[in-house]
Amino acid sequence: MAKKLMKGNEALAAAAIAAGATHFFGYPITPQSELIEYMAREMPKAGGCFLQAESEVAASYMVYGAGGAGARVITSTSSPGLALKQEGLTYMVAAQIPAVVINVSRGGPGLGNILPQQSDYFMCTRGGGNGDYYHPCFAPASVQECADLVTEAFDIADKYRMPVLILADGLIGQMMEPVEIKEATEKPIDKPWAADGGHVKRGEHNRINAMILPADGLEELNHVIQAKLKDYSENYVRYEAIDVEDADIVLVAYGTPSRACKNVLKKAKEEGLKFGLIRPISLYPFPKEAFDKINPNCKAIISVEQSCGQMIEDIRLSVLGKFPIKFFGRTGGNPIIPDAVYSYAKEVLGGKA
Amino acid sequence: MAVVYKKSPALTDAPLSFCPGCTHGIIHKLVAENLVELGVFDRAVGVAPVGCAALSDYFFACDMYVAAHGRAPAVATGQKRVHPDNFVFTYQGDGDLASIGTAEVVHAAHRGEKISTIFVNNAIYGMTGGQMAPTTLVGQKASTAPYGRSEEHCGKPIRIAEMIATIEGAKFVERVSTDTPANVRKAKKAIRRAFECQIQGKGYALVEVLSTCPTNWGYTPAGAMTWLQENMIPYYPLGNFKDFE
Repeated sequence: MAKKLMKGNEALAAAAIAAGATHFFGYPITPQSELIEYMAREMPKAGGCFLQAESEVAASYMVYGAGGAGARVITSTSSPGLALKQEGLTYMVAAQIPAVVINVSRGGPGLGNILPQQSDYFMCTRGGGNGDYYHPCFAPASVQECADLVTEAFDIADKYRMPVLILADGLIGQMMEPVEIKEATEKPIDKPWAADGGHVKRGEHNRINAMILPADGLEELNHVIQAKLKDYSENYVRYEAIDVEDADIVLVAYGTPSRACKNVLKKAKEEGLKFGLIRPISLYPFPKEAFDKINPNCKAIISVEQSCGQMIEDIRLSVLGKFPIKFFGRTGGNPIIPDAVYSYAKEVLGGKA
Repeated sequence: MAVVYKKSPALTDAPLSFCPGCTHGIIHKLVAENLVELGVFDRAVGVAPVGCAALSDYFFACDMYVAAHGRAPAVATGQKRVHPDNFVFTYQGDGDLASIGTAEVVHAAHRGEKISTIFVNNAIYGMTGGQMAPTTLVGQKASTAPYGRSEEHCGKPIRIAEMIATIEGAKFVERVSTDTPANVRKAKKAIRRAFECQIQGKGYALVEVLSTCPTNWGYTPAGAMTWLQENMIPYYPLGNFKDFE
């Protein structure tokens, strides 16, 4: 397919339809509006179902119902809306329902504002609802990557019977870039566990349920979930590492701040400084192994985030004290400016920060 | 030997978890019999609530969901939108539907979802041990209203059937009771009509069934029936609020 100029929000939606999503349930919230509007316009043309729910909570349970019935289903929202969807997410993990959930994140805490921010990292990577779980989480840094990750997210969701989250910051949602929407490669798999009214033919009734009362039964489910996460984590670690093998400073950034950091690397190179970059694409699992490749004499690692510092905790867990870890962040919706990162990184290099 | 009665094939052999004297068992039977008699059992999907009926996914022999508290109508919406040919019902209690799930039931009705809701009103939270529900009567004691429900403090109980009947997308709404054999027969008929509403593609249907909770009300099963007749029916009048052509 030829490349088209699209907003990130539209590319996320277009890729979902191309990947065979037949159902979308969502609630309006800025800055993901183009996504829900694209779905309202295009999903019926593709023979699918778009339905605007009465709340994010209801949308997440429509997803629970549709995913449990065997459909490829997607919902999208922005930060405060994702907070409301966390109940649905933990239920989907427990009931083993596949779904794709998109968070085009904005400023917080609270209602915050509608500017891009990355302060949902914990909520998106830690299992934001109750109980012992994580779920896959990817963070695109370009419009093309938005599309590609959505395509793959559906296959992962079906394979592991889990919700998969795409964390795109508000800037990616809003910006336009050329993008190719790829057709789904993998055929949708059979879902013999689905509640599709086939109990008579099947000879037994399927139960989609997030509650197991006996201790041993619930323990067994938890082990099943953990085993799935282990297998997933061994197979879907994604990251981009640039020049880390001989870097004196390694920047770590995901989403749009990683693009600012690439400019910082360029500038550093021009001035003869050795900077590297690790860009996590999978936030869960966090790409720990990327940090093993860092120059052992590296002076410091700097976590660059549009937040007060959340991913930095995963960096600490990955580095385990081998390198000093510093933080550069802006919040409130303020952007990461390459010059500011560069100045700070030089101060770190000079032992002044 | 002639078989004069047998359990509906829409129910499994799992022993029911309900307390002695509770009418959930009767209501399960009425739902199950209607599924079979209307010929929709082999394409039925049910959605159980959180509450006393949270184990109904074991009791109904069709494909079943258990929803989060109050969310059954949203789950049913998602299911039905994927399989419009399925027959989809929710089975919910008064804590589930009339408190935490008001938004979901109102909007499922408002959209005219082609689903049917069995709403069991026993004026109390049963499973969690007798707390006050939005349907608890004024003066009625509950573990979170130990001095009796005060109208001044938390208002009068909510009448769901009357409220849902005001919504355009709701095409059949009736309140029934299970306190006498005659009323049980009427309840079965109302559930049948609600299911026909979905089968004929008319829209959303809700049957509110007044039910007893001897355990948490603190009565014998027979005493609970009397309490229902003397206290619940006067406040929650039985009858049809909306029907279709």
